[in-house]
Order: sequence, then C-alpha cells, then structure tokens
Amino acid sequence: MVVVGASAAGVAVVETLRREGFDGPISLIGAELELPYDRPPLSKRMLSGQWTAERTVLRPRATVEGWNTDLRLATRAVRVDAAARRVILDDGDELAYGDLVIATGVRPRLLPGLPQVPGVHVLRTLADAVALRDALTDGPRLVVVGAGFLGAEAAAVACELGADVTLVSDLEAPLADVLGPELAGMLLDEHGRRGVRVETGVRADEVLVADGRASGVRLVDGRILPADEILVAIGAVPETGWLDGSGVPVGNGVFCDATCSAAPGVWAAGDVASWEHPGLGERIRLEHRTNAGEQGMAVARNLLAARAGRPATPFAPVPYVWSDQYDLTIQIYGRPRPGDALRIVEGSTAERSLVALHGRDGRVRAATGINRPRQTRAARALVARAAPWETGSAPEHGEREGVPA
Amino acid sequence: MRITIDEDRCCAAGQCVLAAPDVFDQRDDDGIVILLDADPGPDQHAAVRDAAAACPAAAIMVEE
Repeated sequence: MVVVGASAAGVAVVETLRREGFDGPISLIGAELELPYDRPPLSKRMLSGQWTAERTVLRPRATVEGWNTDLRLATRAVRVDAAARRVILDDGDELAYGDLVIATGVRPRLLPGLPQVPGVHVLRTLADAVALRDALTDGPRLVVVGAGFLGAEAAAVACELGADVTLVSDLEAPLADVLGPELAGMLLDEHGRRGVRVETGVRADEVLVADGRASGVRLVDGRILPADEILVAIGAVPETGWLDGSGVPVGNGVFCDATCSAAPGVWAAGDVASWEHPGLGERIRLEHRTNAGEQGMAVARNLLAARAGRPATPFAPVPYVWSDQYDLTIQIYGRPRPGDALRIVEGSTAERSLVALHGRDGRVRAATGINRPRQTRAARALVARAAPWETGSAPEHGEREGVPA
Repeated sequence: MRITIDEDRCCAAGQCVLAAPDVFDQRDDDGIVILLDADPGPDQHAAVRDAAAACPAAAIMVEE
C-alpha cells in the first residue's frame, strides 16, 4: 500500500486503514520535512503567533510511530506506472503497490510572471506561514492579493498584528461568490471597520520590484498599491503534474468515480480529488480541511472493501468549511453558489450573529452561520436532506442529524 | 477507552457531535466541544474513533 501525501487526507487514510485492521505494509510519502501538520492554523493562530509551529502537528509523534508505516518525509513521488503498479520517488526508489492513494493536495496559484523576490509570499506550508509571520512583525504595508478564505483570514490576522493592510478582491466583496452579497457585505464592512482597505472589483496585474525586493502591486486599472510585503492568495491548483503519462485520469484534479476510485487500485482523497458526488449529481473537488479527513476515511474503507470483494460506498458528504476572521467564526454547510436565494432564519447581520439558508431550484442547498455554531449545525440537516425552500425555515428543534458519510 | 479534549484546538465545527452525539456536545455560546462521557461503553467506541478522526482541528485524543 502506498499513500502519496502526508497531510490531513493521507493521515486519515493511514489511520483508518490501521483502525480497520489492515496490518500489511504501508508507505506514506510526504514532500515536506515536518511530521504531518494541520493547515488551517497557518492562516489563523499560527500566523498570529498564538501558536508555535509544534502546536500544528496533526498527531503526536508516538501516534504516528504507532501506525508502523514506512514514513518517508522530504520525499516526492515523481512518476506512477499504473499498468505496472509502481511509484517512482525523487530519490530514485521505486515502490510496488497493490493500492495507491493519491493525496498530494494543491499548490498556490501564482500571478503570471510573479517575481521570486523577497517580500513576495504565498501561504500553503508551515515554512510559508513562518516567513509571513516574521515579515509582519514591524507593521509593514501588506497587500493581500485575493480575498477568498485564505486571503481574508490572513488580512484579518495581519491587521490585528498592526500591519497596514490592503485586501484586493476581484469581486464586490470578500467571499461574495460563496456568501452572497448580503453576508459578504457584512464581511466587507467588518474589514473596513478594523482598518483594512479593501479594493473591490479589481484584479492585480503584476507585482512590482525595486532594489531586488517587492515594492508594490499594480492593479489592472493602472493604480499602484505600494507595499513592503505581498501575499498572493488567488486560489490553488491540484498537484497532479507527477501523474502525467501515468494512465491515471487527471483534469482539474484526479478524476475519480463516486467511490473515489480513479483506476484499478488507484484512489484519491483530499484537495486533489475530483469525484462524482452522488447526492449533488455533479463532479466536485473540495479544498477544505474537513473533507480531507472525511474523504481519507472513506477511501480507506472503500479500498479495504474492494480488496475483500465487497462493494465500495459512494462518498456523499455534506461539505463543510469554516473561517475565522477577527472575532467572527463563519461556518458553511453545503455548496452555496452566486445567485442563490438567501434567507436569514436566526439573528441578523447587525447582531453579527446569524444563521442563513441558501436556496436554489426550490431546495435548501447550503447554510451559513456566523458566530452561532450550535444553531448552524442544526441547520445542516436541512442541507443534508435538501429541504423544500419555502417550508425549510428554522431548523426544527431536536431534528436528528445524519452521521457524516 | 479514555477520551481527552484539547479545548484550545477546538474550532467549533461540531463534527464530533454529528459522529457521536451521546459522547460530545457543543457549548451554546461559542460552539466549543463539551465532553459528555470521557469513558464511554464499547457500543460508542467506533463512533468516538470516527469523531476523533473527523475532527478538523485534531482536538480529540483517544487512548485505548
């Protein structure tokens, strides 16, 4: 058994395989130097300095050692021969596999021609977070390009650390494509109230360099935002280059069926996996921490089922993502889309505490909560069963929720 | 089975309550996990292991 990728998804695969009684050999291949660590804190409490790097470990060292795997860190898989069932590593080693799990995640998308100079940051790895945190100590001018979850969170932390922050959003407000205009508007106001300048409806054109380091960002409308530090947070691309020519189907991620199988003996989990979600009736790929764990568990179980000649189970989770910005905790179940109807069913934007439902095609498709975690979880049930939009108002008290798939 | 919680890590996702509602709950105000039973019976063990594995903040530790 070979698991390529030693972050949340890969760890969930290994942990579940052992828990379900698989006692055969497992090689776990991780490109990074550190023991498996968690990424959400990198734009939250790790970036703010509240947590040290050690605090981000996914499992204690003793637990990792207890899995009894052939753990190879600082090692990359560079090629797969799916016909011969072999993985080739960057140190020249070749590993034969019965089953291969691809959990290589994503890497930051870069602006075209982005100069690799001091002052230019991305935020994906622990090393990225340490570098950005260290750069924020002296109250620099920071321009954050991209106002998705990562950019908005990093802007909030940087602002609280005393940086002079400008957040560049190509939408009318941060996360407007996910939250819809009303809730994103609240978020826009919050960033403004805290002192973050938000440039909306505009893209960055290029990063400017002076004296060998970043000096600013030119926007497509020609304006220049002077900066000491620049964070590029414009999304991510799946790490699939090493699969070219392997016979494993790849497009926007590793193409899997509903059971997360990509080819005979090949599976994928986490940010890199694109699969046919049976409940949603569409191919999706999720770059969210909770999915990495859930999908890793599902793949381990399906893989063992296939080995035992039992049918694999379609993976049909209710997607979940959360974001912490200032003192706001935003939680989203389901997949909201631009143009969805929105109905606030508890609280209000003025209270900075609410539960809202997103409706599409006459059904509840998603639920967003701000600073109401328990009540938001109750609304999950409406998303899980795609409750009728007209009658699906407040979650019924005592409604029993499904266990995650 | 012995369950311990790292409250400081908890991100109020509530995935543990979905997986094992007889063992975990959430505080009303901030959603932080409440451990209802630190040593649940064998009928809960599978659900608790799922909860620990599903926790997106790695805040649940299980010793057996």
